[in-house]
Amino acid sequence: MASAMQVQFDTEAQQKDASTLGMWIFLITEVMFFGGMFTAYTVYRRAYSDAFAVASSSLNVTIGAINTAVLLVSSFTMVMAVRASQLGQRRTLILFLVLTLIFGGIFLGVKAYEWNEKFEQHHVPGPSFHLDGVPQQGHAQLFFSLYFAMTGLHAAHMVIGVGILSWLIWLARKGTFTAEYNTPVDIAGLYWHFVDIIWIFLFPLLYLIDRHLPK
Amino acid sequence: MGLLRLFPVQASTFAPDVDHLLYFLLAVAVFFSLAIFSAIFYFAIRYRRRSENELPRAIHGGMALEILWSVIPLGLTMVMFTWGASIYFNESRPPDNALDIYVVAKQWMWKLEHLGGQREINELHIPVGRAVRLTMTSEDAIHSFFVPAFRTKQDAVPGRYTTTWFTPTKAGKYHLFCAEYCGTNHSRMGGWVYVMEPRDYEAWLSGGTSGGSLAENGQKLFDELACGNCHKPDGSGRCPSLTGLFGKTVQLAGGGAVQADEGYIRESILQPQAKIVAGYGPIMPTFQGLVTEEGVTQLIEYIKSLGPPPALQH
Amino acid sequence: MITAAVQEREDYLNASHGLKSWLLTKDHKRIGLLYLATITLFFFLGGLFATVIRLELLTPGGGLVSSETYNKLFTMHGVTMIFFFLIPSIPAVFGNFFLPMMIGARDLAFPRINLLSWYLLVIGGLFALFAMLAGGVDTGWTFYTPYSTTYSNTWVIATALGIFVAGFSSILTGLNFIVTVHRMRAPGMTWFRMPLFVWAHYATALIQVLGTPVLAVTLVLVLCERVFHIGIFDPALGGDPILFQHLFWFYSHPAVYIMILPAMGVVSELISTFSRKAIFGYRVVAFSSVAIAVLGFLVWGHHMFVSGQSVFAGMAFSFLSYFVAIPSAIKVFNWTATLYKGSISYATPMLYAFGFIGLFTIGGLTGLFVAALGIDVHVTDTYFVVAHFHYIMVGGAIMAYLGGLHYWWPKMTGRLYPEGWAKLSALVIFLGFNLTFFPQFILGYLGMPRRYHTYPDEFQILHVLSTAGASVLAVGYAIPMIYFAWSLRYGKVAGANPWGASGLEWKTASPPPVHNFDKTPVVTHDAYDYSTVVGEAVEVG
Repeated sequence: MASAMQVQFDTEAQQKDASTLGMWIFLITEVMFFGGMFTAYTVYRRAYSDAFAVASSSLNVTIGAINTAVLLVSSFTMVMAVRASQLGQRRTLILFLVLTLIFGGIFLGVKAYEWNEKFEQHHVPGPSFHLDGVPQQGHAQLFFSLYFAMTGLHAAHMVIGVGILSWLIWLARKGTFTAEYNTPVDIAGLYWHFVDIIWIFLFPLLYLIDRHLPK
Repeated sequence: MGLLRLFPVQASTFAPDVDHLLYFLLAVAVFFSLAIFSAIFYFAIRYRRRSENELPRAIHGGMALEILWSVIPLGLTMVMFTWGASIYFNESRPPDNALDIYVVAKQWMWKLEHLGGQREINELHIPVGRAVRLTMTSEDAIHSFFVPAFRTKQDAVPGRYTTTWFTPTKAGKYHLFCAEYCGTNHSRMGGWVYVMEPRDYEAWLSGGTSGGSLAENGQKLFDELACGNCHKPDGSGRCPSLTGLFGKTVQLAGGGAVQADEGYIRESILQPQAKIVAGYGPIMPTFQGLVTEEGVTQLIEYIKSLGPPPALQH
Repeated sequence: MITAAVQEREDYLNASHGLKSWLLTKDHKRIGLLYLATITLFFFLGGLFATVIRLELLTPGGGLVSSETYNKLFTMHGVTMIFFFLIPSIPAVFGNFFLPMMIGARDLAFPRINLLSWYLLVIGGLFALFAMLAGGVDTGWTFYTPYSTTYSNTWVIATALGIFVAGFSSILTGLNFIVTVHRMRAPGMTWFRMPLFVWAHYATALIQVLGTPVLAVTLVLVLCERVFHIGIFDPALGGDPILFQHLFWFYSHPAVYIMILPAMGVVSELISTFSRKAIFGYRVVAFSSVAIAVLGFLVWGHHMFVSGQSVFAGMAFSFLSYFVAIPSAIKVFNWTATLYKGSISYATPMLYAFGFIGLFTIGGLTGLFVAALGIDVHVTDTYFVVAHFHYIMVGGAIMAYLGGLHYWWPKMTGRLYPEGWAKLSALVIFLGFNLTFFPQFILGYLGMPRRYHTYPDEFQILHVLSTAGASVLAVGYAIPMIYFAWSLRYGKVAGANPWGASGLEWKTASPPPVHNFDKTPVVTHDAYDYSTVVGEAVEVG
């Protein structure tokens, strides 16, 4: 099937090149975007290390680890999907896209469960916030403000990723992708891996503060 | 119509320094502006297009010129930097014998308190020729304490202290402005600084206080809040002794050391977990909400009064 | 709506008709015109706010509007002019229209994303407009915390959302330009044969892509604090209001280079064309653009010298700020040197270029004043700073914008504007501008703080001068609106290259065909080579 080479390009290689460069630049903007929150986190963690450690230890590290594993596996299935598209294997491509979608969905579901737990434990910043073991509730609240902001922003990106995967699955079922034309799968893969990497940073920063120290 | 001032009056030791730097900058700016404008004017006329088919020869560049007009401006800017930085450095170093005044900014007024307990709203009376150090904070938004005649300005930030200082050189009445936008009445949040001859200042000081110096009121508050239950003067309590604390270097639990200045004491009262003294536990409760900013300044002055006043390094 | 071009030949304006063909266009040229209409509306909205501000400041006690209203006016003036006029202006109008043509491409790399960028600006603008109509916002365009998060009870959320959305418009435009310059240059168009306008937009795009996301996330944090009452910047919880300032200025300082670099790119084109000479020091000017973009990220703390940041930080930022001044100075010297032994025309675009150099020089030199720590302690947050940035953004960027508009108007519309009226407006703008803003330097040093609704009596005479200037300036801006509109119907028909300019955009018809070039050009010579342009050339110099 002929690829949709757009009129502004001279060759398909040029189009693929441009799309890939475009996605990399977009990911750099995403690094800057998350970077602002990471900066705020770093500043407050240095200032209020004790409160942050206590707050971090109230997070469920098992669930966090499970979610990390889920995302890593989803990145693997995404790589397999890209490979399938490069080999022109339509059915395999759809299979791995669906698997990636499922894992993404699992991640989001687990996150929803976690957040709900936080609501019930009164760890949500606001008038009813309370965390045991921290004399300065304000500092602990700052931790949780950043926790919800950062994981929330990440989750929003996951949702967008899920949307992109759904769209790719629909296109793949129509037979849009061939061994010659699979750029959208390729660059969606870049996006998915990026969202995974953000989580790889978030997990230790938020969940693992001082866990190595004896209680 | 009155005389149109082009410069504010010089009423502090900083003012002439700042103005001299301004003159230098003006001279450089005027020189380069005139040079560039004249060159453009001259070239535009001398080389104006006289016929439609003219084709000037391309001159692509000259490294020597590029280096010249990079290096010379760079040299000039480094002079500007050094000069400006030295003034700034002086402005950050109040002398030890400066007169301390506490300032609390709030929407939309300035509350000032002298050590002797004299309170002022939107006015500051100070003696000429004596260094004055302001320790400031805000109760709400960020404000900024600006006295054009002194050439000084410093933001008052909620949650922490900032300081500024000046030595007035001329008796008179000078505008005080808030210089950080803070809401509806930002432009009305001003007042006057009255610089007085020393005798007049003494007279003003004794003229009317609202009872008790800052340190005296601080002691009352200290007792009311029962700080002494833990902070015993001989250090036998569960918390460090406060005698002679002010100005000392304090070792912190978890390593590091800090200077026990006003900001440290304020933080210790309002956010005691932020810095724990080495050898002690995190048992001090916070007094946020129990003590006003004025109360904090009173406690600070009381603590300063305990033990000999050490040489302060800022 | 632009009427059909005079020629019967098909061009990008008459190739298709109807609202849908404009609102769903993928043609970078049409998108450039969509932006032109949009930002012109925002310019006049921002100008309306400025008019009321200057009228209010005629008298020390105010009286035209309440303090609350005044505070909203200066806030909305800043938000509108910066985010919805200046930041898009030159890149979104002239960058979109001409960058592809200048490098011999048929369009940008991502035309649909280009259209999306326009829609994002419009949507962001609608949010901000809603905020203004619903009651306004009064935090200042700088949104300092904790005033914006805790104490202001105006439409902060809607405005911040509007800026957030518009920010993505800017990011996507930058992304598009970077990929286009890297991947879409015509054969023979090497990096060092590109017009300096393209270099300037490439450098600008770097800033758009790296800086704007930080503003976006900062606004998200402010929104979270306002909506969910989490206290990221709330001192009562241990939050740091100054952290906001660092995050905000990390973008907002480079943002000013987003506003000036494209203007410098325009000026390079104008100076070269109307001297009929290559820009002196082409490579140095090209590298200066990139240097400004890079250095611009290192100086944000010079907005915070009295904020309470450490003395060391103040020194570091002041030091670095002087470095970023040098590439700008180099450009001014190079433009001036270009005039030497040139063939100088006084067409309106050139008058605007001269105006730019004059006013940008003054504005830039006063930047050296505010970069000096000792001086800035006195003049920060006063009218001195207001004058400084208006010299650069209005005296500089807007004059360059108008210069570009006059220069490229024949190419975009196929019509010439009336030269006499244009020269007159340029003069009126120049005079009105100086009368408006020069007194503000004096006001600032005297101690008149900014964002002040009422002020001491002794400042009145300078405010009256400033307002008088503003009324002249307003007239100057109004006249071109009239004659540009007039020219669409009655202006002389323009040929492909009315100015005798070099550059690929002048080698195609006015207005250009839909795909820009009938055949992809093959480039064999440097930028600014006039030997191929001037027929029967007579060598001079």
